[in-house]
Amino acid sequence: MARTKSKTGPTTITIDPVTRIEGHMKVEAVVDGGEVKEARCSGTLFRGFENILVGRHPLDAVRLTQRVCGVCPTSHGTASALCLDAALGVADQVPDNGRIVRNLLLGCNFLQSHILHFFALAALDYVDVTAVADYDGPESELKAVRSFLGRGALAPFVPRYEGDYRADTQTNIGLVRAYLKALHIRRTCHEMLCIFGGKMPHNIGIVPGGVTGDVTPDKVATFMGKLAEIQDFVNDVYLPTIMTVAGAYADYFGIGAGCRRFLAYGVFPLSAKADGARLLPSGLIDADGSPAALDRDRIAEDVTHSRYAAECAAAPAQGKTVPEPHKDGAYSWLKAPRYDGAPAEVGPLARGMVAYAAGDEVFKPEIDAALQAAGAGPEVLPSVLGRHLARALETRIVARVMMDWLGELVPGDPVAAPLTIPDEGEGAGLTAAPRGALGHWIQIRNKVIDRYQLVVPTTWNGSPRDADGTPGPIEQALEGTRIKDPDNPFEIVRIVRSFDPCLACSVHVMTARGTPRGVYRIV
Amino acid sequence: MPQTVEIPVVWLQGAACSGCAVSVLNAFSPTAGPLLLKELTPGKHVSVRVLATIMAGQGEQVIEVLKDTAIRDKGGYLFVMEGSIQLGDPMFATFGEEGGREIPIYDMAADLATDAAAVIGLGTCASFGGIPAGEGNLTGATSIGALLAERGIDVPVINVPGCPPHPDWFVGTLVAVSLYGLEAIVPTLDELSRPAMFFGKCVHETCPRRADFDAGRFARNFGEPGCMYHLGCKGPVTYADCPTRMWNTGTNWCVGAGSPCHGCVEPDFPDRLSPLYEKIDEQRLGRFRLLEPQTQADADA
Repeated sequence: MARTKSKTGPTTITIDPVTRIEGHMKVEAVVDGGEVKEARCSGTLFRGFENILVGRHPLDAVRLTQRVCGVCPTSHGTASALCLDAALGVADQVPDNGRIVRNLLLGCNFLQSHILHFFALAALDYVDVTAVADYDGPESELKAVRSFLGRGALAPFVPRYEGDYRADTQTNIGLVRAYLKALHIRRTCHEMLCIFGGKMPHNIGIVPGGVTGDVTPDKVATFMGKLAEIQDFVNDVYLPTIMTVAGAYADYFGIGAGCRRFLAYGVFPLSAKADGARLLPSGLIDADGSPAALDRDRIAEDVTHSRYAAECAAAPAQGKTVPEPHKDGAYSWLKAPRYDGAPAEVGPLARGMVAYAAGDEVFKPEIDAALQAAGAGPEVLPSVLGRHLARALETRIVARVMMDWLGELVPGDPVAAPLTIPDEGEGAGLTAAPRGALGHWIQIRNKVIDRYQLVVPTTWNGSPRDADGTPGPIEQALEGTRIKDPDNPFEIVRIVRSFDPCLACSVHVMTARGTPRGVYRIV
Repeated sequence: MPQTVEIPVVWLQGAACSGCAVSVLNAFSPTAGPLLLKELTPGKHVSVRVLATIMAGQGEQVIEVLKDTAIRDKGGYLFVMEGSIQLGDPMFATFGEEGGREIPIYDMAADLATDAAAVIGLGTCASFGGIPAGEGNLTGATSIGALLAERGIDVPVINVPGCPPHPDWFVGTLVAVSLYGLEAIVPTLDELSRPAMFFGKCVHETCPRRADFDAGRFARNFGEPGCMYHLGCKGPVTYADCPTRMWNTGTNWCVGAGSPCHGCVEPDFPDRLSPLYEKIDEQRLGRFRLLEPQTQADADA
């Protein structure tokens, strides 16, 4: 049961912790007349990663920032390598093999993260595992679930919210089969990453200048074999599962729209030019639906309701932050990034919206076909189901293009540019994590890190209110939602989880050390 | 059929990245599904009551399960701590609420440890403090062992370090406890409370590039063959079975992918093993003798 506090009239639903996300999150929703009137998202962990980086060797940033998040370390490794490429003056010198292997490593993590997200994290909001008690077929894994249910110790699948599992028994059994298969396939994604990445989580393959491992035909062959198996899963299980869930819960195409403003930095460079084309393009879709080019100077962070000193509100390149754990009016360790002063949603839906608006020849047909199959138009995309659909379609596209990239590798060619650590340097690395736009900024002085900063996806999506009182994207998606049963508020957790929050990534602190900030180069 | 014995597990994440949990999902023998569903060893099933990353329950349900386990299974459950514990301020890390107030993770961890049969410090953060306890941190992060010592809580601690820990190290430890009992396992832990079967051998001893070290053949840039001592390899001061076990279902490991070992299982990680890409002093090589450089390039370095 959610904790409910009865006041006079409105009821506050507090969910702390929100599980099946990455990290520590609390959601409070004030419900009146069956509708969420006000929602607050809080990050409840502070580690201060950026302070730990100050004074260290610049190359160490790639390895240490990966440890910000065990679900998307490869994204942090990528962003860190990009900002260091710029700071070390090798942004345009990464050999093709290095660039392509980087793309493959990050691609592996997109596949792993998206599959993990839907099946391991989100699915239990829609799938009734206990339906497998009625399974009478021969499959070992489902029989194991039936035996498990028969023994009666049902953790970690019970307790849970009750009352809104809609699929019939046979459909539920099929969904549990998919859940179990997904556990195998996401492990396979990590095995595939390990071929060039050495280990996962926290791969060691991505370094400034390129990657560590050479390209050999046997590695390519092993990679291809695993990728083909994953492609089959995405096409034959993941996408059909999304369509099955969309059929049973079709009202979720109309729930959880959010701020309807979308931001993407662009990811997967397609040429050696650091500012060249990327597979998933950058851009902004404004609240009125109009597209615009990305201008990173419009990014700023607000801390009005964040547990940081007021002096810290600034653009990422100028910001400084001092934690104030007990600041009046603050309710989150997340800051509130704003683009042109307003919130923006990031993630697969945002990337899909940006690509769709640009008429992208890869994305637009995929999205149109999926919408047609679901019997809906593009207006339903900003929604809980729209996010799940966009994530699954992106998985399919990335998996398909990765096979092409494998064919572009040249065994024996160089994988990394030689590196020299400058006395001074600075750079920015803007890319994407599976869950949205990701930026790292570095400043080097006397050959060590003088300042390091991250602005990460869930800081955008899970941000608290800003100085204008405008709620963050998840908060906006919650407000106005009708809650059928306050003791089992499925709507809240389904909305929150559709954003794939990653709280460990989101909570950090910028350092006040150093001099006024220069202009960072975007790579 | 005899009744299956349940081994309750509650798993708390402090100053963590979830990487340890994700690594355990990479378990291969058994894989994650059977690990959750089937008997781990004949007649015994590990019942993962709380692990926020995968559990169905939300909010107060989670806190109720934790409290219920501590009372009903007092002295009989395993408490897995992932991540370090930040002592600097109660608000740095909280988990759930009680009476409208956030519960600091350090109190939650101390309470869960007090009534546990044993604590498993999973990962380098929980075992030794790790990166959140690195120099420059503002939070007073420390290991679960240090928290228990400070509070005077006397309960066996088994450390399974690694950033992340290999899933075999964790699953193997669970299997050992399930088969032989804590009373047999705890006395065999090493001085850092680790199961010696995984952390007994120096990486440098079994490294496939060891012959290059002995012959004085060294890599100078990423992607080159040869021993990576000069690229900062910490294998000579790191104790883990990565070279033979390998990672991700035996696919590869750090040195195999052309990277130096960073020593991520060690109490010295990261501060005393940094810079990660610069060589350690020769005296730290101990019994491993560095040959005179064999090439002009090595002589120039």
